[in-house]
Amino acid sequence: MSETITLEVLRYNPEADTEPHFQTYTVPYQDDWVVLDALNHVKDHLDSTLSYRWSCHMAVCGSCGMMINGEPKLGCHAFLRDYKGTVIKIEPLDHFPIERDLVIVQDSFMEKLSSVKPYIIADQPKPISEGEYLQTPGQLKLFKQYTQCINCLLCYAACPQTALNEDFVGPAALALAHRYNLDSRDCGKDERAEVVASNEGIWECTFVGACSEVCPKHVDPAAAIQQTKISASIDWFKALLLPGGKK
Amino acid sequence: MSRRPYVRKIERNWWLSQPRYVSYMLRESTCLFIALYSALLTDGLIRLSQGQEAWDSYVAAISSPPGVVFQVICLGFAVIHSVTWFNVTPKAMPLALKGEPVPPKVIVGAHYALWAAVSLVVLIAAGV
Repeated sequence: MSETITLEVLRYNPEADTEPHFQTYTVPYQDDWVVLDALNHVKDHLDSTLSYRWSCHMAVCGSCGMMINGEPKLGCHAFLRDYKGTVIKIEPLDHFPIERDLVIVQDSFMEKLSSVKPYIIADQPKPISEGEYLQTPGQLKLFKQYTQCINCLLCYAACPQTALNEDFVGPAALALAHRYNLDSRDCGKDERAEVVASNEGIWECTFVGACSEVCPKHVDPAAAIQQTKISASIDWFKALLLPGGKK
Repeated sequence: MSRRPYVRKIERNWWLSQPRYVSYMLRESTCLFIALYSALLTDGLIRLSQGQEAWDSYVAAISSPPGVVFQVICLGFAVIHSVTWFNVTPKAMPLALKGEPVPPKVIVGAHYALWAAVSLVVLIAAGV
């Protein structure tokens, strides 16, 4: 018999279950398979009722975030060979309600993301006919790492503050706010500050640092948030001390 | 078909579930010992202002075995506090020279160098 590996997958059917339970599947082991391949095997050959999100299979779309042996990971980024000889426990991302099986409810994140206005806010918007907003490579370098976010939500699953304070805007949204605040073409920092510099924004972060450790795209949201804290503090002191300072 | 999302509860001992959470809580707990040691130093200043007798009793108290044990514990937590803070400074305060980012090791190293320099000045001032 060819080699196999065992998955323990958390199942939840909102139409039938009162609470989630684990279901075990045995799938073929292949060196070049990732956990997502194993789940696809289950879906295609063993149990078509299993629900999970996925799309690109190459760590770009950010859809297949899940807890793999207690660690937030992309299913397409976790090779079976790294779990060889063990049972792989697969659960939906922590700190989010479970919609069904491995599918989480993302509504709260979508609201938080839009609240930080993650787009360029120009001082005086110009029509497309006037051309692009120009930027030097040096100006791009300042924030490029924060543009790599794929909204996979691993950082929210790793951050205990998002679990303890459900209103916390959270790592990815705050990192994206920082990304636009650093963009030379953007003038929306003050508009974002209402959310970003509030108690539920950067000040709810206690710098656990787990968000940056689990980020598959090396965005480093923890760094973005700490830098925003310093910048917001300077703005606050300026407003307090300088004549005509904004409130 | 109606939606009925299941919300998982957060355990009170959530911070024991991951080594990174345990080290985070350890780092955060160091502030208690920093506060206690600050209180001890403040008490020393108050006793100093109250005259020789009060000062002598303060020195005797901090030199006693429980006093020494307390200070050694505080020193341990102060070291954890400082080292963890130094390690995160490149994230919180990234520097760039001539458009190029300063390597994190240099920023952390500068903090250790400053720590050593300040400690040396304090030791010299204390006449050690």
